Amino acid sequence: MNDFNYHKAATIDEAVNVVNENPRAAYLAGGTNIIDLWKYNIISPELLMDVNQLGEGIIETSDGIRLSAFITNSATAWHPLIEERYPLLSKAILAGASAQIRNMATNGGNLLQRTRCYYFYDPNVPCNKREPGSGCSAKEGYNRIHAILGASEQCIAVFPSDMCVALAALGAVLNVSGSAGNRSISFNDFHRLPGDTPQLDNNLLHDEIITSIDLPSKGFATNYSYLKLRDRHSYAFALVSVATGLDLEDNIIKEARIALGGVAHKPWRVIAAEEYLVGKAPTAENFAIAAEIILQGAISFKYNAFKIELSKRAIVRNCLMALDPSSQLPGSQPSA
Amino acid sequence: MENFRQINLLVNKQPYTLAIKPYVSLLDALRDYLDLTGTKKGCDHGQCGACTVLVNGNRVLSCITLAVMKDGAEITTIEGIDHPLQNTFIEHDAFQCGYCTPGQICSAIGMLREGKAHSRAEVAELMSGNLCRCGASMQIIDAIMEVKSGGSNE
Repeated sequence: MNDFNYHKAATIDEAVNVVNENPRAAYLAGGTNIIDLWKYNIISPELLMDVNQLGEGIIETSDGIRLSAFITNSATAWHPLIEERYPLLSKAILAGASAQIRNMATNGGNLLQRTRCYYFYDPNVPCNKREPGSGCSAKEGYNRIHAILGASEQCIAVFPSDMCVALAALGAVLNVSGSAGNRSISFNDFHRLPGDTPQLDNNLLHDEIITSIDLPSKGFATNYSYLKLRDRHSYAFALVSVATGLDLEDNIIKEARIALGGVAHKPWRVIAAEEYLVGKAPTAENFAIAAEIILQGAISFKYNAFKIELSKRAIVRNCLMALDPSSQLPGSQPSA
Repeated sequence: MENFRQINLLVNKQPYTLAIKPYVSLLDALRDYLDLTGTKKGCDHGQCGACTVLVNGNRVLSCITLAVMKDGAEITTIEGIDHPLQNTFIEHDAFQCGYCTPGQICSAIGMLREGKAHSRAEVAELMSGNLCRCGASMQIIDAIMEVKSGGSNE
């Protein structure tokens, strides 16, 4: 572990300017991942720029809700506007981590958390994400938690967030600031597939910082569900998770959103499957066909073949749960 | 001294001024600089909950919090707690070795203050960030449920 400098930013502009000038500077929000990565010697920042105090809360906009990137996951999940209009987001956040971590972790930081691949956390073994060009230990290793979709020769890590699975389904838009100015990024364009550059988790530039997250007005608050399947009922990362939002009229699907977590380097959404469901009845048979479309091209490794069938069944089950959202239990445990 | 920061913490209602490096965790600041060793270091990686303290009333993990981030904050550790849970933990045999207990009690007080746990299942879910290796988790939930039904919901 290295010594580092620390600075509390007074404004976003100040934070961006300082980080822009130092390639070894990093933003510090809740710290739940970055401080742990520093303790494991995975990162060695020269300067941590504390941005916790820059939060502006949750505000209504003309076409939805704007979430500050700098407020905590707890404050977001329990906010009356989110519980009422975006319960899918609330459920997904509450399925992640523990109450203490959700009290610390920010919305922006949640999007920027690193993979939980054990080989990424072990500096004694090759990992292309940690050390580009060194190799991937997971491909021939214990790869039970790893990707079945969108992986590359260089990396089969998965992105661990629950919150982001809901944000993908809801079609959120991220607002970022950087030395070159402000820009907006649609959620699906934010995280990357590993390809030949698995060291890059997302498309943010070094000096860019997420300032807020825009949720469109449509929150799928009537028919939604988040299902998280994991090795214990709480406080574990997903093997497979599913976020579903349905818009139903006279028992016909007008619009469907389905996103998967725990299966790829980014939340996984297949528009063709959602389009297939439009105009159909919300039946197990139709959801099973959508699941087949979503899992097209899935490739497994020695220890994670179960994830393909698990994903398909989780999609069907979660879409059926969305017909009766009260069937979800605390922490989005599977219904009985 | 290079890169030392002066910070002020109000710990258990007592003001302290510390000169520390930015990398010192809140946990190490409490234990090694203030000699408040009631807060325990379990995994030191945010996985076990033993280091849970209350910062401005909110339960957080002190092992992955930098002390400098909490300059000016009000911290409550087990040494500053006088709460009915301490008796119900004893009555329900809610610990064996006791190492996780300070974190369990701080976490439970934070949870009661949040006011989101209404059922036993919700208590179990919202206490899942505190591991008990001795296997007293069921009795810990019993102890918390007794305080809840006893009307103390602070």
